[in-house]
Amino acid sequence: MLEIKNLHVTVGGKEILKGLNLTINDGEVHAIMGPNGAGKSTLSYALCGKDGYEVTQGSITYNGKNLMDMDPNERAGEGLFLGFQYPVEIPGVSNMNFLRSALNSQRRYRGEDEIAAVDFLKLIRAKAAELDMDPEMLKRPVNVGFSGGEKKRNEMVQMAVLDPSLAVLDETDSGLDIDALKIVATGINRLRSPDKSILMITHYQRLLDYVVPDYVHILAAGQIVKTGGKELALELEEKGYMGLGITESAA
Amino acid sequence: MVATQEAKQTVQDVTGEYKYGFVTDIETEKAPKGLSEDVIRFISAKKDEPEWLLAWRLKAYQKWLTMEEPTWAMVDYPKIDFQDIYYYSAPKSAEDGPKSLDEVDPELLRTYEKLGISLKEQEVLAGVAVDIVFDSVSVATTFRKKLKEAGIIFCSISEAAHDYPELMKKYLGSVVPVADNYYSALNSAVFTDGTFVYIPKGVRCPMELSTYFRINEANTGQFERTIIIADEGSYVSYLEGCTAPQRDENQLHAAVVELITHDDAEIKYSTVQNWYPGDKDGKGGIYNFVTKRGACRGKNSKISWTQVETGSAITWKYPSCLLIGDGSVGEFYSVAITNNYQQADTGTKMIHIGKNTSSTIISKGISAGKSEATYRGLVRVMAGAENARNFTQCDSLLIGDKCGAHTVPYIEIKNPTAQVEHEATTSKISDEQLFYCQQRGLETEDSVALIVNGFCKDVMKNLPMEFAVEAQKLLGISLEGSVG
Ligand SMILES: Nc1ncnc2c1ncn2[C@@H]1O[C@H](COP(=O)(O)OP(=O)(O)O)[C@@H](O)[C@H]1O
Ligand SMILES: [Mg+2]
Repeated sequence: MLEIKNLHVTVGGKEILKGLNLTINDGEVHAIMGPNGAGKSTLSYALCGKDGYEVTQGSITYNGKNLMDMDPNERAGEGLFLGFQYPVEIPGVSNMNFLRSALNSQRRYRGEDEIAAVDFLKLIRAKAAELDMDPEMLKRPVNVGFSGGEKKRNEMVQMAVLDPSLAVLDETDSGLDIDALKIVATGINRLRSPDKSILMITHYQRLLDYVVPDYVHILAAGQIVKTGGKELALELEEKGYMGLGITESAA
Repeated sequence: MVATQEAKQTVQDVTGEYKYGFVTDIETEKAPKGLSEDVIRFISAKKDEPEWLLAWRLKAYQKWLTMEEPTWAMVDYPKIDFQDIYYYSAPKSAEDGPKSLDEVDPELLRTYEKLGISLKEQEVLAGVAVDIVFDSVSVATTFRKKLKEAGIIFCSISEAAHDYPELMKKYLGSVVPVADNYYSALNSAVFTDGTFVYIPKGVRCPMELSTYFRINEANTGQFERTIIIADEGSYVSYLEGCTAPQRDENQLHAAVVELITHDDAEIKYSTVQNWYPGDKDGKGGIYNFVTKRGACRGKNSKISWTQVETGSAITWKYPSCLLIGDGSVGEFYSVAITNNYQQADTGTKMIHIGKNTSSTIISKGISAGKSEATYRGLVRVMAGAENARNFTQCDSLLIGDKCGAHTVPYIEIKNPTAQVEHEATTSKISDEQLFYCQQRGLETEDSVALIVNGFCKDVMKNLPMEFAVEAQKLLGISLEGSVG
C-alpha cells in the first residue's frame, strides 16, 4: 500500500522530517504518536502534497505509484484521505455540495461516471446516520460555526462518503468528549477492512482503546524512533517520552 | 456541486479563452464614423423616428458637447476618441425591424446558438421571452403574441417610439435625465436600440423577459436604452445578458436603463454582464459605462437589481433606486469579479424620499490578478423620509496579492429617525481552504470556483434559475488562471 523511504521534508527553510521510514500494508492500522512539534502533521501534509512541504530526499510510493509526481487532488483520486487536525471552514458552500463535487471529481479522475444526484443523496444520508450526524448539518456550510467535535464528526462523514483506501487521521481524537470520541472510533472501524489501511496520528492512548492498531510508532525529531505493537502506546502512557528515553531535541 | 463540474467542462471547452470572442461575418450597414448632428439625423432617419424624438436627441447632443468626461471613478484608461467610433451598425437583413424567428437571418440565429442561446429552444422549452439586440438594432423578439394577450408590451425601443409614442414621451428620460451625466447625455443623443416593456395594472408577467445584447462590429459602440414600466400592482422579472467579440481595440458600451414602478408594483432586474474583458495582458475589452436607475414612484412598490459582473475591461455602473413612494423598497445585489487587468467601479445609490422606505445592499467583490475593484455606494435619507432603513453589506475577496479592493460608502442622513447599518469585510482565499478542497479531490480551479460561489451565495440566490447556473459557470471561468 504505502512505502515511505528516507523521507526528508523541509518547511519554511527548516528541515522537519529527517529520514523517515514507514511501510503500511493493506488492511493494517498504524498509530503514530510523538511529542508536539515532532513533525506528525508535517508527515501528513507531505503525504498529501500540500504546497510548501518540500520533499528534499527520499521517496513515497503508493500502490506502486510515485506519489510525489502527483497534485493533491490526484493523490485524493488515488484513494488518499486526510482527516485534518483543524478542518477548514468554507462559507456559503453546503456540506452536501462540497462533498458531491469532491466525490464526482475523484470519480472523473478514476475514469468513473459521476454519481446520480439521487444516489448521492441516499449515500450521504446513510453515512450521516451511521455517524449520528443530524441531516440538517449536511445543508450547512462546510464547518462554519461547527463545534470542535462537530468538525471532527464531519471529517468522518466525508471519509465515509469518499471511501478512501488509505486514511491519514491527524489528531482526529484531540479535544473530543467521550461520546464524540466513540463516534470517531466508529467511523474509523467502519472503514477498516482487508484492502484499506489507516494511519492515525494521536497524542493519547484512549483512542487506541476503541481502534486497536496493529502497529504503534513513535515519531520524534523527524524520525520514527521506536516501533511496537499496541502495548507500546500503553507503555508510553505510563512512562512518558522521557521514560522511554526520547527527548524532543533528539537526532 | 453541479456548477463546478459544468464550470470545469466549460473551462475545458474553451481552453482558457473567452468563449464568446468570435465575430459573425454578416453584411452590415453603418453610419459614417464619428459623432455629429448628421450622424444623429442618420440614426433617427434609419429608425424612421417621429420628429419629437429627433429633436430630443439633438438637444441631448448639444448638452453633451458642453459636458466633461467624469474622472472621479477609480478607473484608469486612455482618453476615448469619440470621433473614432461608429454609432450605428446594423445587419442588412435586419433592415425592416424585428421579426418572428422564421424570418431572422440564419447567420444571426447561428450566432446566438454559438453563444449558447438557442432562440428556438428558448421559445419552445424555456418559456423565456427574448429580445435580441445585435449591434445597433433589435433583430428578434419572441413570444410577443402571448404577451400581448396579457396586455404586456415587450418590443424594441425603436418600435415603441412608433407604436406607443405617448408612453415613450411620458417615460423616456423621466428617471435618468439627459444631463444626468456625460454618458447618459451621449446615450440620449445616439441610442440605437434596446427593449421597451410595459406591464399593465394588476398583471403578473407570466414569463421571464430577457434581452440579449451582442456587440459584433469593430469600432462600434453600443448605446442601448431600456425602459421598463410596471403599472399598479404588476410584477415583472427581466434578465439581461451581454457578450462581445474578442478584439484588440477597446469598444464603448454606454447604456441607459430606466425602471418605473407604480403603486404596489415590482420589477426584478437581473444582469449577467460578460462583455469581453480584454486579454491577460490588458489589451482590448469593452468599456462599460452604464447608467441604470429605477424610480419606485408608487407606494409599497419595489425595485430589485441583481447583477453579476464578470466581463468588460472597465466597468462604471451604479444601478440605483429612487424610493419615492411611501413604503417602497430598493434592493441591490451585486457580484463583481475582476481578473488580470480589469477595473470595476460599481455600486449603487439608494435615495430615500418617501416615508417607511427601506433598502438592502449586498455587494460581493472578487479581485484576482492585477485587477482593481471598487464598491462605491451612496445611501441618502432625505428630510421627509421618516423611518427609513438601510442595510449594507460589502464583502471583498482577494485572490493573490497584486490586486486591490476598495470600499467607498457615502452616507447622508437628513432625518433622525433613519436606521442605517453598514458592514464591510475583506478576506482572502486561504491556502488552507484551497488545500482542503484539493485534498478532497477537487482541482485547483474548481476549488477556486467553489469557494467563490460560496462567497457570492447571498447574491446568486436572487438570480432567476435560468441565469443562476450560467452565472455560476461564469464565475469559475472568469477566475481561471488566478491561482497556482
Ligand atoms: N510553515 C512552517 N514554517 C516553519 N516551521 C514550521 C511550519 N509549519 C510547521 N513548522 C514547524 O515544524 C515542526 C513540526 O510541526 P508539526 O508537523 O505541526 O508537528 P506536530 O504535528 O508533530 O506537532 C514544528 O517545530 C513547527 O514549528
Ligand atoms: Mg500536528
